[in-house]
Amino acid sequence: MELKLPIYLDNNATTPMDPRVLEAMLPYFVEKFGNAASRNHSFGWVAEEAVDYAREQVAKLINADPKEIIFTSGATESDNLALKGVFEMYASKGNHIITCTTEHKAVLDTCKHLEKQGAQITYLPVQADGLVDLIELEKAITPQTILIAIMYGNNEIGVIQPVKEISAIARKHGVLFFTDGTQAVGKVPVDVLADGIDLMAFSAHKMYGPKGVGALYVRRKNPRVKVTAQMDGGGHERGMRSGTINVPGIVGFGKACEICQHEMEAEAKRLSTLRDKLENALLQMEESYLNGNKDHRLPHTANISFKYVEGEGLMMGFNKNIALSSGSACTSASLEPSYVLKALGLGDDLAHSSLRFGLGRFTTEEQVDFTIKAVTDTVNKLREMSPLWEMHKEGIDLNSIEWAHH
Amino acid sequence: MAYSEKVIDHYSNPKNVGTLDKAKTNVGTGLVGAPECGDVMRLQIEVDEVSGVIKDAKFKTFGCGSAIASSSLATEWLKGKTVDQALAIDNMDIVEELNLPPVKIHCSVLAEDAIKAAINDYRVKNGLPELELEQKAH
Repeated sequence: MELKLPIYLDNNATTPMDPRVLEAMLPYFVEKFGNAASRNHSFGWVAEEAVDYAREQVAKLINADPKEIIFTSGATESDNLALKGVFEMYASKGNHIITCTTEHKAVLDTCKHLEKQGAQITYLPVQADGLVDLIELEKAITPQTILIAIMYGNNEIGVIQPVKEISAIARKHGVLFFTDGTQAVGKVPVDVLADGIDLMAFSAHKMYGPKGVGALYVRRKNPRVKVTAQMDGGGHERGMRSGTINVPGIVGFGKACEICQHEMEAEAKRLSTLRDKLENALLQMEESYLNGNKDHRLPHTANISFKYVEGEGLMMGFNKNIALSSGSACTSASLEPSYVLKALGLGDDLAHSSLRFGLGRFTTEEQVDFTIKAVTDTVNKLREMSPLWEMHKEGIDLNSIEWAHH
Repeated sequence: MAYSEKVIDHYSNPKNVGTLDKAKTNVGTGLVGAPECGDVMRLQIEVDEVSGVIKDAKFKTFGCGSAIASSSLATEWLKGKTVDQALAIDNMDIVEELNLPPVKIHCSVLAEDAIKAAINDYRVKNGLPELELEQKAH
């Protein structure tokens, strides 16, 4: 079969919707359009029934009770609701939240917002492999600590944090544990009971569901967790998130969760095999480095720095044919290289030189082979054009040069 | 962000990539930018000692497509110009020729800086005073 271009390898940004998900959603736009909160006619009942079923599908994937699922507009809203909701609800207990420097901006910026409201936030550094240091985490806990917010799997480097160990520490000190599970749920087994999670944000569009729908898991037993609503109105979602719920989106989310549950084990194996093939081939090049812990990692993610070439320039060599993303500043609005890579202690030069490969359900081996060749060829071509590569080859220490910083 | 066709063309078929012998007195070398900032340009000129005309120019660049294109274009423009004419190349000429968007203007500034640094290196090597260069905002 002929290879169809372009190839999509940016599945950590978003995933294509699975056609089975779309099929499940379609009846809920025109035909079964009811408001799930309409209690007195069949249109409402049909919608409510669909939402109830989806809530079960979503809950089952993470081993939760359906009553513990609060539907939202996505992971960013769920992150906001968890952090702001806990901060307000538990204000009488304390004002201290512990998070880490590699969290998603939806967590970090929400924490910054809470600082202005009087919260004390500890931003734990991570180790060079991206993992949180559990001893440092425990040391950071004070009598004022109400919440530990550490993500499950990282969006840029794919590193999976030691969630069970973190929750054990949280429990020992009577602190709640919130995790952003956006990249992990549906990709690796996430079990809120076994993992000891009290609150968890996740999203449909990262697991082949639709955009604009997500969930916050809020534990109901041992302990019973409450969050203060951030959206006031009709008291939907057990009063925690008002607003007419997105019935077709939720139906799709439910279907997406069900598919992930059935296919995750085989799919994770398939993806890690493809990812390892890609990664091993690219790491054979001189001066290429894997970013983040190799073993504690999502099966579909690889983040690699190609020293002495710049990420955006590198992507330009193949972005007509391959879609992926870079930690280079040039690709971001802020003109700063990836803060996640910098948090691992990478120099700005290596952060500028990084590519993130995000494989997915529809990635094939042919696509991986094409990508290996395209990336290798472009790296070689750009190194021939790079003054830094030439200096490196001549044995010049780049740190010995006085660069004109601008 | 989409690149202009001219940027893509210079990126795909860069002109004058390479290295001149920096030990020669008629070769001027300019190395500007910093790895931490995501772009480094090295631009070299070889000047005909009799006519004062730049007879060859080479570059190597670490950076994005616009930085590569800016330096490739600069070497094209340098060849055949006298050193004085080369000094008149303005970064906005590069912006215009390559249709660089505002976020990529710094690439053109870097190319202009590289030209001037190469010329200064040539001047110093040949016993001429270093030119005071105006600093443009990157």
